[in-house]
Amino acid sequence: MSEKTNGNSEGLSPIVKVISGMIFPFIMIFSFYVIMHGHLTPGGGFQGGAIGASAIVMLIVAFGARHTEKRAGEEKLSLFESIGGTLFILVAILGFIMAATFMSNFLVGSAIFGEIPPFGSNPGILNTGGILPILNFAVGMKVIGGLSAVVLAMALVSKEDD
Amino acid sequence: MTMIEIIHIVLPVLLIASAIVAVLFKDLLASAISLAVMSLLLSLEFYILEAPDVAIAEAGIGACITTAIIIVAIKKTERMEVEE
Repeated sequence: MSEKTNGNSEGLSPIVKVISGMIFPFIMIFSFYVIMHGHLTPGGGFQGGAIGASAIVMLIVAFGARHTEKRAGEEKLSLFESIGGTLFILVAILGFIMAATFMSNFLVGSAIFGEIPPFGSNPGILNTGGILPILNFAVGMKVIGGLSAVVLAMALVSKEDD
Repeated sequence: MTMIEIIHIVLPVLLIASAIVAVLFKDLLASAISLAVMSLLLSLEFYILEAPDVAIAEAGIGACITTAIIIVAIKKTERMEVEE
């Protein structure tokens, strides 16, 4: 990894590049944890998505905007954001078809996220909540794509004018 | 006076102090870091006021992404504030 990161002169020093490359997966896993526990603990789609977007912003600051654009360009991030928004609307309209109203919780009682937790405190049963985990996941995808695309666009514009 | 009451007094004082210092700095990079410190203290204040949801959002948006946007803007323009 070191000879690859030493190659481009853009961005910060090699120490910062290697360390940020090492901790990037852990931040993304923490973001996924906050998103997936959105219906049980504080946090949710927006908060987890903001953590994931801050990981991509860290890559932009450490490696430079040009290098980050090759891996995660604006078109890929826009596609990611659009998939999240479309998933949200599709699940909501599916509630209109499968049950009575728009965004009704039609997954309660089924095998996917349909378990009904026992009364009282529990250690955090993830297989609950109906459509809420899917909606949290869609919001998380949209926030990761949108926020990192905003910062990437701003960093690219400021590079081009120099 | 319990520990949490002392924290409730000390944290807003530090919050206002870091905000004033952010205005007074001539070096805009130091000013941006001071704003990040203010955001972090604000998220801690939200947490001890029992709003952990808002605290997570404030720590992610305020302390990280806003600081990165301001630092990108400083790289584009000038670092030092000039006197009129």
